[in-house]
Amino acid sequence: MSEVIEKVSIRITINGQSYRRKVEPRLLLVQFIREELGLTGTHVGCDVTYCGACTVLVDDKPTKSCTLLAVQADGCEILTVEGLEQDGELHPLQKAFSENHGLQCGYCTPGMLMSSMALLAEKPDPSPAEIRKGISGNLCRCTGYNNIIKSIQAAAREMAG
Amino acid sequence: MYPAPFHYHRVDSLQDAISRLAELGDSARALAGGQTLLVWMKLRFDEPRHLVDLSRIPGLSDIRLEGDEVCIGALATHAEITKSAVAAAIPSVYDCGSGIADGQIRSRGTIGGALGSADPSCDWPVLLHTLDAVLTCTGPEGTRSIPVSELVEDIYTTILQPAELITGIRFRMPPENSAGAYCGFKRCAPAYPTASVAVQLTLEDDICSEVRIALGSAGLTTVTSKEAENILRGSRLTEANIDKAAQAIVAAAEPVPDQRGAEDFKRAVLHSLVKRAVDIAMRRCQGETIGVHREYV
Repeated sequence: MSEVIEKVSIRITINGQSYRRKVEPRLLLVQFIREELGLTGTHVGCDVTYCGACTVLVDDKPTKSCTLLAVQADGCEILTVEGLEQDGELHPLQKAFSENHGLQCGYCTPGMLMSSMALLAEKPDPSPAEIRKGISGNLCRCTGYNNIIKSIQAAAREMAG
Repeated sequence: MYPAPFHYHRVDSLQDAISRLAELGDSARALAGGQTLLVWMKLRFDEPRHLVDLSRIPGLSDIRLEGDEVCIGALATHAEITKSAVAAAIPSVYDCGSGIADGQIRSRGTIGGALGSADPSCDWPVLLHTLDAVLTCTGPEGTRSIPVSELVEDIYTTILQPAELITGIRFRMPPENSAGAYCGFKRCAPAYPTASVAVQLTLEDDICSEVRIALGSAGLTTVTSKEAENILRGSRLTEANIDKAAQAIVAAAEPVPDQRGAEDFKRAVLHSLVKRAVDIAMRRCQGETIGVHREYV
């Protein structure tokens, strides 16, 4: 393993800001986000594409960032939980999670929020069954999910105005 | 967890991909969506020295209808297929695609990757058996067609030659009097199915004139049974002969006991799923609209 691995130049836009870096090919997107850029809102849970804590939006598509190489995201636009707040105002989803006790320990919350963003973009008025399906790639070990579902419904109402 | 170090090669044409893979030999892997390969690499089940990233090759993710033939590019994601006009026209395609893992994995995983991984738990290969799909594959020796039933030699092993890639999937649009269903049983959304079943039936009056049944997660490769199909072909679909056909194909299965269940449990699940899938396919043939039927526990 003494052979030199050539680093790869990438340009990734995260929460509207463009970053250029030279990265090792094996660097995962989640490590790029957390360790290179210090955006630690995106969490690593299981690290094997199961729990969804690392979910971010890559070109609007929900993606588990533990299972994507940073080099694969070259040229993409990424939204992480840090990008939800606008001008010091929480996003309606964040507010709804807070008001409806949609979190306890909070570890799964960034991933839940990002999956919810993708869900509401596709289905602005989802049924409880559609919400369950929409967040089925995100595990929460505290809430029992019911308050998360309530939170997403409340946010959907708020966002519909 | 980090994968072992590797060199990264991005290609922008099929020809580049094939020549790069041929030149790098055994130590290279083709990367599509990475939803299987990257997990294996992180767990160090596989430590390739080179990854050739196919995802920027244009034109390999088209999903279209050519006459009565459905053509799906190998790089089409599970989500793209599920949202396509093809899935709207063929309910079993929607059943299958919408039940694969979860939204995040569906937005990156590809149908070509699922086929190429030769994992008996992947959903598409099971469904494609019942649609008699043919794969277009291109390698250093040129392009050839491989029936999906001939692709997999053994678990995780295809008959593809070095540097040969699946580029597309083709199958005939089922006629009006033909319908299918795909039923799976999973412990939770991101998990591979404990068992899955695909069925395609053609009914003429009340007689089943053609049938295909295939089982996933039921052995080292997709399980089929001529005996089960012969029980149904040419007959009226009664509860008794559906049960007999289910017994025949479940007898041909060799489910591996693992954390998803013991062998007997898996056989029992497969048996119920065959009956459920035949029932849904039959009712769809008769014009009934039946949504996705996938169980979680």
